[in-house]
Amino acid sequence: MTHVLDPDALPGATPAVHAPLPPYDDVTRSDSAFRAFLHGLSGVDQVGAEARVAQLGTRSIKTTSKAWAIDTAISMVDLTTLEGADTPGKVRSLAAKAKQPDPGDPTTPRVAAVCVYGDLAGVARDALVGTGIHVAAVATAFPSGRASRAVKIADVRDAVENGADEIDMVIDRGAFLTGRYLDVYEEIVAVKEACGDAHLKVILETGELTTLDNVRRASWIAMLAGGDFIKTSTGKVSPAATLPVSLVMLEAVRDFRIATGRQVGFKPAGGIRTTKDAVKHLVLINETVGPDWLDPDWFRFGASSLLNDLILQRQKLRTGHYSGPDYVTVD
Amino acid sequence: MIGNDRLAVRKTYKLYVGGAFPRSESGRTYEVTDAKGHFVANVARASRKDARDAVVAARGAFAKWSGATAYNRGQVLYRVAEVMEGRHVQFCEEVAAAEGLSTSKARAAVDAAIDRWVWYAGWTDKLAAVLGGSNPVAGPYFGFSTPEPSGVVAVLAPQQSSLLGLVSVLAPVLATGNTAVVVTSEERPVPAVTLAEVLATSDVPGGVVNLLTGDAEELGPWLAEHADVDGIDLTGAPASRAMEFEREAAGTIKRVVRPPATEPDWTADPGLSRMTPFLETKTVWHPMGV
Repeated sequence: MTHVLDPDALPGATPAVHAPLPPYDDVTRSDSAFRAFLHGLSGVDQVGAEARVAQLGTRSIKTTSKAWAIDTAISMVDLTTLEGADTPGKVRSLAAKAKQPDPGDPTTPRVAAVCVYGDLAGVARDALVGTGIHVAAVATAFPSGRASRAVKIADVRDAVENGADEIDMVIDRGAFLTGRYLDVYEEIVAVKEACGDAHLKVILETGELTTLDNVRRASWIAMLAGGDFIKTSTGKVSPAATLPVSLVMLEAVRDFRIATGRQVGFKPAGGIRTTKDAVKHLVLINETVGPDWLDPDWFRFGASSLLNDLILQRQKLRTGHYSGPDYVTVD
Repeated sequence: MIGNDRLAVRKTYKLYVGGAFPRSESGRTYEVTDAKGHFVANVARASRKDARDAVVAARGAFAKWSGATAYNRGQVLYRVAEVMEGRHVQFCEEVAAAEGLSTSKARAAVDAAIDRWVWYAGWTDKLAAVLGGSNPVAGPYFGFSTPEPSGVVAVLAPQQSSLLGLVSVLAPVLATGNTAVVVTSEERPVPAVTLAEVLATSDVPGGVVNLLTGDAEELGPWLAEHADVDGIDLTGAPASRAMEFEREAAGTIKRVVRPPATEPDWTADPGLSRMTPFLETKTVWHPMGV
């Protein structure tokens, strides 16, 4: 191994401290064994994946089903703000929105979590005490992931100490694309350890992985390394969460549970802006992995503008007339 | 007409939403006939979801259109007249067929419609001087009032006058800086479809005008109730439903133009009466002598 991109990575000779769940407990014994395993995963039929999601996207979800889908989707939102200009005040107003998404209708469900940068996790924690809404923080030199491992681990520990109970990490795409899969694996293992009790979501940044075969391999690396969720994207790279990518990742979590018995969650993020997109994802989950995943513990939407569209559609169902952006909060 | 050895190109027109020509989301079309009952074309029958999409497009286009200088808006509207002039013959044929007019009367209607664009183009940069002003205030400050556009305006276009009537209700909405969602005459929509082609090839940004062919009685309630529509012109509303539409519009305090008892003579001088309803007056206080 060259460690060109990460000089602090452990040398390849050191055995992995963490063994994956059986029956995969020996696939990480060496770089070549791991590569052989990942390249031995069956290839993805890209045309087939696109046709499948296009067909599922034509499902018509109306009236009571639509109302259920909207409320379910709202309860699965990770309400996100990841801007350089974020302030404590903005995080507090986002937390208020998370608690009561539509002040005009108290029956609107709460969202699942608020997702912020690590230094603001404490602000979010204080604003959400007692609500049951999780605080997610992005870490590991988000969004590029280009920092030494020591810095990434420190970033994670800082976010957890600030009060985050969910950590969204990014994988080292440079290492992945140069074929150093064991480096990627070991880094996720190290981050998982640094998380302690916090849930770990592993962002693959599928827009940079170029092929669906790579998406499948990266999903398996993240699951074998102990990630609690696999997540498509940072939201900073386009394309982000497309439906074919979601299909491949959902198939990965399904296959992983069949093989090992452990269930891993899934979070598409970035580019999901409309209720229609969200409903298409719910259909995709139900048809790919089944209703076990139709729960905020196992499925999340990473989004900022999606929530407003869900609320507008909810208002339309309640009042019978179309609503407008003047009737929801800006952030 | 074309020789018998050539197949007729039967037309199926589409909607004009956001600068593009989509089919109706519902997939519906209906047949349009001329004044004598002969088949003219199939046109799309817009649904409430098309109206919703049109409002989204109009809202998206509002910032740029209302933010353009009044002078620039005038140039863009004048350009519409220029492009219409190039299609003069086509408009004359379509208006004659739709309204059953003689060639000379159709030509007069098209001429008047083109002149109306020019007339409103000239008004864009004069409105602030005529409708705004500086106000005498009993205090050490000045008050300025300026007219500003209301936002997205839904227009139920006249049912009888297919082109001149349409331009007479659409152009004032645009000249004042609003964006428009127009439901065209149901039985005489073809000149409106051609106007959409003119707008698409002139300098009017996509989404500023959205033309829906279909039934004003069906689409009217959705536009009247829509919370993101700021004003509605009920000129083409069916007389039996207009009061109801107005009541529905009151739910979100829209500006409403009531329908006339009978369709007016559109050749008359329009004055300012169609521009003032969709303007808000903004007044600011300005400190003086500091």
